Amino acid sequence: MVSVERYLEAYRAFATNGASGAPAWLKELRDGSIAHFAQLGFPNTKQEAWRFTSVAAITETAFEPAHPVSRIPHLDSIQPLLLGDGPRLVFVNGFLVRSLSTPVSDGVRVDGLAQALVDTPDLIRQHLGKYAGFQDRPFAALNTAFACDGAFVHVPERRALEQPIQLLFLATPGEGGPVVAHPRNLIVVEREARATVVETYAGLSEGVYWTNAVTEVVAGDGARADCYRVQRESERAYHVAVTEAHQGRDSRVNLHAVAVGGVLTRHDLRGTLAGPGGYLILNGLYLLAGRQHADHHTTIDHAAPHCESHEYFNGVLDGRSRGVFNGRIIVRPGAQKTDSKQTNNNLLLSTEAHADSQPQLEIHADDVKCTHGSTVGPLDARAVFYLRSRGMGEVEARRLLTYGFAAEILGRMEIAPLRAQLDRIVRDRLGER
Amino acid sequence: MLEVKNLHVAVNGAEILRGVDLTVQTGEVHAIMGPNGSGKSTLAQVLAGHPAYTVTAGSAAYDGKDLLGLKPEERAREGVFLAFQYPVEVRGITNSYFLRSAVNAIRKHRGQEELDPLDFLQVLEQKLRAIGWDDTLMNRPVNEGFSGGEKKRNEILQLAVIEPRLAILDETDSGLDIDALKTVAHAVNKLRAPHRAFVIVTHYQRLLNHITPDVVHVLSEGRIVKSGGPELAHELEAKGYDWLRAGATVS
Repeated sequence: MVSVERYLEAYRAFATNGASGAPAWLKELRDGSIAHFAQLGFPNTKQEAWRFTSVAAITETAFEPAHPVSRIPHLDSIQPLLLGDGPRLVFVNGFLVRSLSTPVSDGVRVDGLAQALVDTPDLIRQHLGKYAGFQDRPFAALNTAFACDGAFVHVPERRALEQPIQLLFLATPGEGGPVVAHPRNLIVVEREARATVVETYAGLSEGVYWTNAVTEVVAGDGARADCYRVQRESERAYHVAVTEAHQGRDSRVNLHAVAVGGVLTRHDLRGTLAGPGGYLILNGLYLLAGRQHADHHTTIDHAAPHCESHEYFNGVLDGRSRGVFNGRIIVRPGAQKTDSKQTNNNLLLSTEAHADSQPQLEIHADDVKCTHGSTVGPLDARAVFYLRSRGMGEVEARRLLTYGFAAEILGRMEIAPLRAQLDRIVRDRLGER
Repeated sequence: MLEVKNLHVAVNGAEILRGVDLTVQTGEVHAIMGPNGSGKSTLAQVLAGHPAYTVTAGSAAYDGKDLLGLKPEERAREGVFLAFQYPVEVRGITNSYFLRSAVNAIRKHRGQEELDPLDFLQVLEQKLRAIGWDDTLMNRPVNEGFSGGEKKRNEILQLAVIEPRLAILDETDSGLDIDALKTVAHAVNKLRAPHRAFVIVTHYQRLLNHITPDVVHVLSEGRIVKSGGPELAHELEAKGYDWLRAGATVS
């Protein structure tokens, strides 16, 4: 496997150069990760979890590791991607750019992971790589091996962060060939604290690049974390990501994920309800056209009793696009009184668009409520007639019904400027038709 | 206002309407009654332009214009409204957004300025006051998770806001308990006007206890077999439909 060897070689160069000053524990974590990656290799479609998604396009491209770039984009050029003047970290090709970032109020730590490894290594050590397992995830293993920068958000006990923090990951053209960035994010919301974080991934380059991101979210007992994720990479980008949330007792986590960009997307989301009384919402939308392919694999792990989870994923697929949804719900032995609901609705706007929807329930407790439902199909002809009978033209009726499919998901988001931003993206997409 | 002549309609090759004649004048309320399968709902849907039905013969004129040649949205913009027997759920779109889209599509057609959300809210409040209802349904997605009664109420709410000139109610009374029935009937009575006609399709007479029609028609096996005044509804309630079946003539 030439391709795997390529990354092993890049790792050896990284280990002796950029990563040589890392503390022993981190070196160990990285070494272990690359060893895992070497063992696993890239996934193929013979593996169940990758049945519908081929990553051949990624393995066949000669990606170079991204480096900090000298040309920093202008603030004006990224303005449309920002959520007002709130606190933010801006990364270019995976590396923090301080000149584009704005600070956060005191008491809360929001910084680049590279800096945090210097300032608060013990805190990072306590959490990094503890949740996003890479035993069976080659891309997470690769990310962990190369992890050197990304966002670190730490909200101490009982501290509530009022404003949303935006983490903006930009890809710009490299000087040489296509590059891969491995942003690594760690969001720790301690006991009874609260934070809202918005991750945005966007391309400033029309060329081929690859983002391989991992975000770990830790919500302590009684904490609340609202995590939004917007993937609006440029047209030829590859985007692979893992979002992993770990929840304590009586905590609440809302994970929102919107994917509109990239030619190939694979996003694994996992929430583990580790303490009783936890509440989790997974709210996702994929809006695809052309030859875009997006695969969302979600896992909700009810590891404790009396937890509740709600999952809503809608897909709107046009052109020759393909959407894959796999929703796994695990109810561990003893996780009684689990209440879990999952829905995945896919709207096919063209006869060549395709969606695969697979619920997967693994229930090992007897006193639980678990429901799931999924739909794949074109717009409901009855609904089209209903709207036309109210005076709307056929094109308008179809547009409104399609918009509703997306709006249902966006309506659950609580940040008005973000909702408006996404609403515009949806309307632009529908207007193009 | 509405003149239906010898209307024949088929769906999937089966003939459902076999020569319906119906004349409705402005300001009138007509009730179309009949047993299940008589073609009542088909008549309602055909007048609104449902694409599943094929008109095989006959005509329908609305204000002297050929109604059947118009698309469903054109009929709506000209003032035809169908209250659905089974209102459709529209995910992600609130009732208020939906209604504003409908009202604006009609206003645009008439060359009137479209209403922004604030203007619309004022219009809406005024319309709700007129029928004595509150706005509890307005910010929920259209018909999603609505009870049967709420769905039917929502149809009448749309009627009140859209202000059609010809309102066709397709079994609006089915699935309503007595309180909901009274609420709906009360609103319909408020909406009766000299410039507006109603065609009320119903299986039972009970809605007509609260809305007094000008004319009652009995539809059976795809034809109107009897027409009369409000007393005909009571007669049907007492005697059922059987006496009007095969062999009966139009009175």
